[in-house]
Amino acid sequence: MNMTTVVLLLSGVGIAAFYAGRSRALRLGGGIDAARHLHSLPGYYGYFVAIWATLPAAFVLLGWLLVRERLLIAWVVTGLPESIRELPPGQLDLLLNNVLNLAVLPDAVAADPVIAAATEHYRAAVEISQWSVAVAVGALAMLGTWLALRLVRPGFRARNRVEAVISRFLVAASSIAILTTIGIVLSVLFEALRFFEQVPLHEFLFGTSWSPQTAIRDDQVGSSGSFGIAPLLAGTLLITLISMLIALPIGLMSAVFTAEYSTSRIRGVVKPLLEVLAGIPTVVYGFFAVLSVAPWVRGLGEALGLDVASESALAAGLVMGVMIIPLISSLADDAIRAVPDSLREGATALGATRYETIVGIILPAAMPGIAGGVLLAVSRAIGETMIVVMAAGLAANLTANPLEAVTTVTVQIVTLLVGDQEFESAKTLAAFALGLMLFVITMLLNVLGLTFVRRYRERYE
Amino acid sequence: MSKIERRRRIEARLGGRHRRERWFRLLGITAVGLALSFLVLILANLVGEGASAFTQSKLDLPIRYEVTASPTGGAPDVRYPDVDYDALVLDALAGLLAVEPDRQMRRELRQLVSIDAGFVVRDSLGSAEQAPGARLTVTVPASSNVDMLVKGQLDRSLPAVQRPLSDRQIAWVDTLRDSGVLVRRFNTALFTNGDSREPELAGIRGAVVGSFYMLAVTLLLAFPIGVATAVYLEEFAPRNRWADVVEISINNLAAVPSIVFGLLGLAVFIDWLGFPRSAPLVGGFVLALLTLPVVIISSRAAIRGVPGSIREAALGVGASRMQVVMDHVLPLALPGVLTGTIIGMSRALGETAPLLMIGMVAFIVDVPTGLGDPATALPVQIYLWSDSPERAFAERTSAAILVLLGFLLLMNLLAVLIRRRVENK
Amino acid sequence: MTASTDETGAGPREATTGPTADAIRETCIAIRELDAWYGDIHALRSISLDIAYGEVIALIGPSGCGKTTLLRCLNRLNDEVEGARVAGSVRLDGQEIYARPVDPVALRARVGMVFQKPNPFPKSIYDNVAYGPRIHGLATDRAQLDDIVHVSLERVGLLKEVRDRLDEPGTDLSGGQQQRLCIARTIAVGPEVILMDEPCSALDPIATARIEDLIDELAEDYVIVIVTHSMQQAARVSSRVAYLNHGSLIEVGETNRIFTNPQHKLTEDYITGRIG
Repeated sequence: MNMTTVVLLLSGVGIAAFYAGRSRALRLGGGIDAARHLHSLPGYYGYFVAIWATLPAAFVLLGWLLVRERLLIAWVVTGLPESIRELPPGQLDLLLNNVLNLAVLPDAVAADPVIAAATEHYRAAVEISQWSVAVAVGALAMLGTWLALRLVRPGFRARNRVEAVISRFLVAASSIAILTTIGIVLSVLFEALRFFEQVPLHEFLFGTSWSPQTAIRDDQVGSSGSFGIAPLLAGTLLITLISMLIALPIGLMSAVFTAEYSTSRIRGVVKPLLEVLAGIPTVVYGFFAVLSVAPWVRGLGEALGLDVASESALAAGLVMGVMIIPLISSLADDAIRAVPDSLREGATALGATRYETIVGIILPAAMPGIAGGVLLAVSRAIGETMIVVMAAGLAANLTANPLEAVTTVTVQIVTLLVGDQEFESAKTLAAFALGLMLFVITMLLNVLGLTFVRRYRERYE
Repeated sequence: MSKIERRRRIEARLGGRHRRERWFRLLGITAVGLALSFLVLILANLVGEGASAFTQSKLDLPIRYEVTASPTGGAPDVRYPDVDYDALVLDALAGLLAVEPDRQMRRELRQLVSIDAGFVVRDSLGSAEQAPGARLTVTVPASSNVDMLVKGQLDRSLPAVQRPLSDRQIAWVDTLRDSGVLVRRFNTALFTNGDSREPELAGIRGAVVGSFYMLAVTLLLAFPIGVATAVYLEEFAPRNRWADVVEISINNLAAVPSIVFGLLGLAVFIDWLGFPRSAPLVGGFVLALLTLPVVIISSRAAIRGVPGSIREAALGVGASRMQVVMDHVLPLALPGVLTGTIIGMSRALGETAPLLMIGMVAFIVDVPTGLGDPATALPVQIYLWSDSPERAFAERTSAAILVLLGFLLLMNLLAVLIRRRVENK
Repeated sequence: MTASTDETGAGPREATTGPTADAIRETCIAIRELDAWYGDIHALRSISLDIAYGEVIALIGPSGCGKTTLLRCLNRLNDEVEGARVAGSVRLDGQEIYARPVDPVALRARVGMVFQKPNPFPKSIYDNVAYGPRIHGLATDRAQLDDIVHVSLERVGLLKEVRDRLDEPGTDLSGGQQQRLCIARTIAVGPEVILMDEPCSALDPIATARIEDLIDELAEDYVIVIVTHSMQQAARVSSRVAYLNHGSLIEVGETNRIFTNPQHKLTEDYITGRIG
């Protein structure tokens, strides 16, 4: 039984249950006159039955889908001979992968009798489990329909029941945002804690060298790698600083222009164009950095007699700055426009020029909003990945020279996790420790920035 | 201070004050000009680089088709099992150039066409049901080096050892071009093929389909959950601690680096729940979580924009709170909700970093046919190609970016249209 | 521009102004055939009005009649509004304020304005008052600036209330205090005219009374043009009243006369409460 088929059948049952519930309500309520005797509108009886028909079955189906892989693999493992079950986890995984790959090919037969047997075992398990789940889902749907139909009577408060279900759904949906946050924290925290079992926290935080080359084989010696994040933090901050040096003045002055100087017509052109700049995916910025900006920076440096790395922090920072301009300009524009006109007119009526009004009154008044926006922009720069993955290097240099190559926290996360990996090695776990740090830093910046922006908004509301 | 003295002091400073004013204004214009010129620069660069990738050099080869064995029937690849299609291609080339090829020359001739040329010939012969001995013109793609030469992206003046094509090969290309055999045509492979190691065969179809599957999953999850959350927070949630926590959580999630969502996806969906790597299903889950805050925030704004009088009127005639929301508030808020969803989806379409975490960076040739198949996404394809050293991949990267930007533009136009229709009402 | 009009104000009057006793006073502001538009909306229609030194003139009329627009034409604040246009003549001390050489920045130092809602800057009380003198460079040193701030605050009766907290934000004051701070801020620049746009509409009765007393005191030194919704207020503070309706000046005259013996039907309808 194919999953899609099961879902389609279940939907069919749901629709049928809806009509069954509605017509039963109409019949019991007395035909055309039904609306007068029924507690709820007839449709609610239909929805009530349909919910009972599909919801429990759907939960079972969903639960099965979530545990399916693990159950099947566990099933296969128990069927394996003792000698194989006791292999080290890595080799066992390899063997299981082999089995899974073979099982999806229709006529493949493995040469190794153990694997062949396991493959058969797996195929049988898939077959049996799929049929039993389909039967269970079908039975639940029928049972639900029958039970719900029995409840349908004219006095039955179907609307309240249906609304209660919807209301639960709303609560459940709103908890997803929390669950996501918790999920992020837990998933990075657990792996990070395992990392700190292997590498001490103080070495991670205060070490000045980063070279996560770990042993390829367990028996290799002396290559445990070093995990000091100082060079990564320095690189991240350097690139962030360069990007803010570009984005802050240009973004802020753009906002001043669009909010204070431009006519509504010009504003109507400039703002959407800046939004286009904001809508360009970061991978595109990264490509632009590699293709055009990095060679240009390098050429310029050479013309000035400077030694510029081909993956210089400057090139990555410049492009990231361009990416952040629209973010700053739009948040600053909001902040400036939230300053009440009465202040603007008050200053103008005293004989202030626009420059004096903006610099003396409006920008100071908008400062909390602008500062919040800047914090969000810094958070964005720190967490930005694609531009630095493509345009900054892998060299963990501890330097403040923008012409050298540096690496960042995000670049290292990507490098450590892309490609082949073993889940237990310090190298892989280090990525989660970096992720935890990234999450904590950006969250602090975000919450601080959002609080500024919100307080400020409330002040002038 | 006398009136005269006061006026004198004011007048004395006016010039300087107005000068500062003009400078400041100029500074603003410069900033906007700079920001917009960056936009123009990026787009011009991409168009300049990518436009040529939409054409591809192809050769119209007269294939002389002499098969001794009788067809065995069945699919083209098994019908004539003994035929060396590559040899047919080489013979055609040699005939066109009027050369008697030795071993070395055959190798050099071979480099003029794509390694796929033999398969192309096989497929078109097999489907054409030609009588043995007939001549048939088959269009095969040129190799990427030849393509680069034709497009003028290969420097002829370089010494031969630094060029991928020899002097002889360049002369052949010129001959073929002059005789009209070698022509630039629309690059259909770019849109119909999956990824390939050979630039002339590489296409974005697999990536586009992968992105489509992922966005479908994202939409199916993010839209209902996002709208439900927005409805709950705006219409039902009590103003208490819990609502505050949800609120802060959502606003923070909107600003959490996307790569962190990738870590979540890797740890939860792949490592813990055992979902397959590189699958659009997992990609869709991760992008849904990433897009959710955007959908929620814009849906809330749309729901808040529905006038309170509508709610009171509906409650007044005896509707339940739920009926008010479902029958009156949501339909009115729908355009805003849709606009926000489209913006969220366009952000999801351009997202790359989290997909790298869940293994969608693999080199995948086949076009995915389901949510569980290994797949990549359009932005990831761009990232992969941008990393390739071949010159020919650079222009394809730009072309893929142009396609991606085209999709984003369409989505945003849709959002603008929806917004405009509502404003006209 | 109506160059033919007599600039002293002693010449023949427009029909709407009627015979008045104050013709001997020197004219401060002479408005001639002033029209104003916001986009397509014709907000003022051919207004002609003379305002003399030493008087408090109240502009009254129903909402949207153009009172505020007229006020904002006198310090060219409408220049800042997108789509606003003005035609006609306004002369201050005989000088055309809409003429090219006139700098609106300098003009606004001479014609101050107080707004409907108190709008202190989000700065300290001291900096609020010092803002105008600072931008115009009126004080050469700190002592002079202190002097201007103290005199201005004293003038509006705020000094004794805030003497010890000049560093605190102006926005922390009560509504009435805020409005007096705004008046102090205006007179710190040393204007000749003060425009007041419903200065008491956001205040409670007690604060209103204080502002009205203040207007009486200020009238000795400044020409005051006040827009008001309240006819009682117009009666209390002004020496003359101008009634506007639909952008036109219907009638102008001494306050007592307008309220006891309006010449025009529309004016009568308004002051008796039939329209408005």
